[in-house]
Amino acid sequence: MTSTTAPTPALSLRGLRKEFASPAGPVRAVDGVDLEIAPGEVVAFLGPNGAGKTSTIDMVLGLSAPTSGTVRVFGADPADAIAAGRVAAVMQTGGLLRDITVAETVALTAALFGSSGSPVPYLERAGIADLADRMVGTCSGGQQQRLRFAMALVSEPDLLLLDEPTTGMDVEGRREFWAAIRADAAAGRTVVFATHYLEEADTYADRVVLVSEGRVVADGSTTEVKSLASGRTVSARVDDDGERAAVAAQLRALPVVDAIDHRGSRLVVRTADSDDVARFLLTQTAARDLEVASDNLEDAFVALTTAATASPLDGATR
Amino acid sequence: MSTTTPTAPAGTTRTSGARPRVPVATAVRTYLAVELRRSLRNRRSLIFSVVMPPVFFLIFGLQGDYADQSAGNGNVTAWIAVSMALYGAMVTATGGGASVSVERAQGWTRQLRLTPLRPTVYVVVKLAAAMALGAVSVAVTLAVAAATGAQMPVGAWILCALLAWVGSLVFAAFGLFMGYLLPAENVMQILGPVLALLSFGGGLFVPLGDGWWATVAQLFPTYGLAELVHAPLGGDLGVGAVVNVVAWAAIFSAGAAWRFRKDTARV
Repeated sequence: MTSTTAPTPALSLRGLRKEFASPAGPVRAVDGVDLEIAPGEVVAFLGPNGAGKTSTIDMVLGLSAPTSGTVRVFGADPADAIAAGRVAAVMQTGGLLRDITVAETVALTAALFGSSGSPVPYLERAGIADLADRMVGTCSGGQQQRLRFAMALVSEPDLLLLDEPTTGMDVEGRREFWAAIRADAAAGRTVVFATHYLEEADTYADRVVLVSEGRVVADGSTTEVKSLASGRTVSARVDDDGERAAVAAQLRALPVVDAIDHRGSRLVVRTADSDDVARFLLTQTAARDLEVASDNLEDAFVALTTAATASPLDGATR
Repeated sequence: MSTTTPTAPAGTTRTSGARPRVPVATAVRTYLAVELRRSLRNRRSLIFSVVMPPVFFLIFGLQGDYADQSAGNGNVTAWIAVSMALYGAMVTATGGGASVSVERAQGWTRQLRLTPLRPTVYVVVKLAAAMALGAVSVAVTLAVAAATGAQMPVGAWILCALLAWVGSLVFAAFGLFMGYLLPAENVMQILGPVLALLSFGGGLFVPLGDGWWATVAQLFPTYGLAELVHAPLGGDLGVGAVVNVVAWAAIFSAGAAWRFRKDTARV
């Protein structure tokens, strides 16, 4: 803690950028991320594959250096935070020796942090005490993931990062994994997890940071982001090509319209207010055969993360 | 919004930087124990390190009247036993070095970077475990040889064993370097045959004779060590052999250090 009034943020990213060299020129994986996470928050870092989530996490862990910008973990450099055991991570894949037991893995990890105590308490907290003597290579994906979680616990980190922790797990494994994480986070640990499962962010996070193409496109409570993401689709038929183009132009001028798609002779309109759009189409235009459909969250998520434009929520909550 | 309010963050009891430094001894002791247990469990590497060298000795070292022919101040059987002891130590050390890159491919070294363990300490632990297994390999081969008719002075037994064991460090660096260059989980499937070829070429398995090959062989990384480990049996140790060992040790270590530094740099 510093002497200032605000507590030191668990995580502070300022103008964070990361470029990778590629044959086709530099690729910008992270493109100017500003983010502050307070101690005790459970935050989902939500975005499609390739949004820059893993690149960002690697920089937070000190595994890679930013091209520009800064990362502070509890006010310190990532490498120092790692050495002090204040930040730990559950990586997506790898990072395990297959030919030692679950208990040996955790005991070794603890020893690397200078503790020679029993691994059992950590195994219990991760819900894998019954697997203690099993070879890591024979554990299922979900069991290995809980092992990674147990390993992350040995330094009693204040900040825990999870990179797509449940990828490839079945429903049961996912639920058990999150039960273990949630039980632990209740003690006040800051948890940041990357995911591309909207439902996972919705269920387990207090706050959702939506990223796309290396930028933060929305940041707010799960309810806020959900309301942002829940829209409807209105579609209608306009037979004449010229007429259809004119209608599309008029629709675009409506403030409630988010996006317009052409599918053959149908116009497909994404909107936050389907009533307005339907009323407009039926009363002011030649549109007919109108349909209104509820967006599912996945569609909305895709719409939000593929549209490069900033959403209304952008930066509004912090 | 948050069910876990930031009023009691987990970090309040800690002041950053005030942590005691991680006792490296605990880390190294535990890690070394884990590595030794892994060696004992790995049937494949046990066969290559501890079973094959004495078996090779039994096949090649007991032919004809080798036991009655003298080689320096021992018999030919002893000469071949020392060759096989070096071969076993070399294979073990190479495997130990190469396992670093195997574990890198499995993401383990990345995982270690999330702990206070320094990458150099990790490599030292890996090599120390390999050297421990190498000592067992040398001891088993020479014990089998002693029991089946190899003869040389007591001092030569001890010196040959030590030279084969310590000399194999050159190949630990070789394994480390090659592992970084050929990052594959089955790198030893490539390096195993390479070691066998190097052993033949460098005069470890068969005498070099006096032909043109004897000249070419002097450039092999196995040549210097082969000459060196047999020195206690008598005969003259040429300057070329010593230069060979030092040069290859330098090349492999520099290569390994170069790749290691590149690998551990933050990019």
